[in-house]
Amino acid sequence: MGSAALFCLTLVSLASLPLGLGWLTTPPLISLTRRYADQRRRWAHDWTGLRIPDDQRPLPDRQPGLSGHVQHCYQLLRDPATWRELGWLGVDLTAGCITALLPGVLIVLGIEGFVLPLLVWKGLVHDYEYVFLSVSDPVQVALMPVLGAAVLAASLFNTKLLRVHFRLAAAFLTPSKAELAARVTRLTETRHDAVDVSAAELRRIERDLHDGAQARLVAMGMDLGTIEALIERDPAKAKELVSRARTSSAQALTELRDLVRGIHPPVLAERGLDDAVRALALRMPLPVEVTGRLPGRLEAPVESAAYFSVSELLTNAVKHADAERVWVDLEYAEGRLRISVGDDGRGGVVLSADGTSGAAHGGAHSGLRGLERRLGTFDGILAVSSPVGGPTLVTLEIPCALCSPKTSSS
Amino acid sequence: MRVVLAEDLFLLRDGLIRMLEAFDFEIAAAVGNGPDLARALEEERPDVAVVDVRLPPTLTDEGLQCALAARRARPGLPVLVLSQHVEQLYARELLADGTGGVGYLLKDRVFDAEQFIDAVRRVAAGGTAMDPEVIAQLLSRRSGDRPLARLTPRETEVLELMAEGRSNTAIASKLVITERAVAKHTSNIFGKLQLPPSDDDNRRVLAVLAYLDRG
Repeated sequence: MGSAALFCLTLVSLASLPLGLGWLTTPPLISLTRRYADQRRRWAHDWTGLRIPDDQRPLPDRQPGLSGHVQHCYQLLRDPATWRELGWLGVDLTAGCITALLPGVLIVLGIEGFVLPLLVWKGLVHDYEYVFLSVSDPVQVALMPVLGAAVLAASLFNTKLLRVHFRLAAAFLTPSKAELAARVTRLTETRHDAVDVSAAELRRIERDLHDGAQARLVAMGMDLGTIEALIERDPAKAKELVSRARTSSAQALTELRDLVRGIHPPVLAERGLDDAVRALALRMPLPVEVTGRLPGRLEAPVESAAYFSVSELLTNAVKHADAERVWVDLEYAEGRLRISVGDDGRGGVVLSADGTSGAAHGGAHSGLRGLERRLGTFDGILAVSSPVGGPTLVTLEIPCALCSPKTSSS
Repeated sequence: MRVVLAEDLFLLRDGLIRMLEAFDFEIAAAVGNGPDLARALEEERPDVAVVDVRLPPTLTDEGLQCALAARRARPGLPVLVLSQHVEQLYARELLADGTGGVGYLLKDRVFDAEQFIDAVRRVAAGGTAMDPEVIAQLLSRRSGDRPLARLTPRETEVLELMAEGRSNTAIASKLVITERAVAKHTSNIFGKLQLPPSDDDNRRVLAVLAYLDRG
């Protein structure tokens, strides 16, 4: 039985974690368990229409080498879904096994009730017990087909039994209420974050408009008023003011342009995330290589969050990492947007659970924390691998839907 | 010289028409959206097209896409693209076919009517007109490169103007130096950047941009 073997092997593997060997054997076993449980989820849906929810956490890209392997294993072990599936294996190999095997046993048993009297009559069987009827008593032999029929009738309820089996699986594989409560708390938190972030953003925009473009336009209006008064009396002075007014208007435009870029970059609006990231890469003072293409446009809020995240990561790489080469990889698969930003700099970025630790990268940390909050609003995650001495690899993942296929020709 | 103009904002379109007419251009068509632009480019066969990047109905880069498509259909069709913002990405796409006759300018450049008209004429004649902002981005990005670092400040100025698509005469008058001095600077620049010398204005710009683009 698959459950029993998997359960025992996983237990042994987990037990050998302290010895070191477990770190190597556990991840494949866990992923096997996952596939096994997923198979059961599919069957439950196909056979009885029961949907067993699945909340396995998405895993960040696996790093090469032994440390990557250990990290991968650690992440698998931290996922409550892993432990739920393991618990389910334990139940499945006992109660689940009975509920799964019983339908088959019932049918075989029912048929046996009809076949056995024939065998007895032919003199092939002498000493045998059929459930509680003995072949030695002719009356009991005569009752065998009746019992067989009853058992077969009972097997008509097999679909119910199968449902019981899958309900059992569902009970163990479904995230518990406590987790749902935790999820609600997390959603409340991220919503607060989102509101805070956008309120701060609005304040920044208001301030920039007030101190920048608006002030310049006022100055321009004043200059124009003075020009009106001077134009005949002192044409030379008026001309000088005209050129100043023109400078003011050019500056106001530049400021507005920068402001727009900070709110919603034009290339992002016009072309979507991948070209926007390419345009961003071209503006970086370092060579930035962008690979990968997205199959279409993403929802605007996701595009925007992803764009500003990449922007922040690139800025970090340029400012803090002392990198010579930076690369970005974009990928969209199975309903998730994944972006990796790597550099060959000196590394040392740490993003601890509370986001407070710091090391060589200095200012990068508060930025990463903010970035995590930004992504959290979309249930996105951020994984950082940055050993001191480098290289740094930051991967972010956002679950999202494509809203339209690519239309642009380029 | 016949111009097809595409700009969706009425005020700007009106202003551009008046400005172009004041400098003796003939407006073959002035349109406000992508499909009309595509049709006008095909039917009117203008000497030059002045096109806003962002046009209805999509209000994305419809104008740029139209211009690129028209140039694929009719290689070398002079197109001057105007935009509220300039991006190297778009500049590269315009320059990619290497046939010249392209320009990419910030909309603000129309403030200086003479310079703007000069850019239109240059593009119509098969030259290029790249926005100083694109060039500044390119130069700042490559500033770590040793060959560029070897240029003197004056040579850098000359390189910038050359990359915008200006002729030696224009560079000389802009920097208030003699044309011979400009020629000397350019040959120094070509030497330092290891670019093959060329008389052709347009190829000169493409060579400079290709160099700046490298890496």
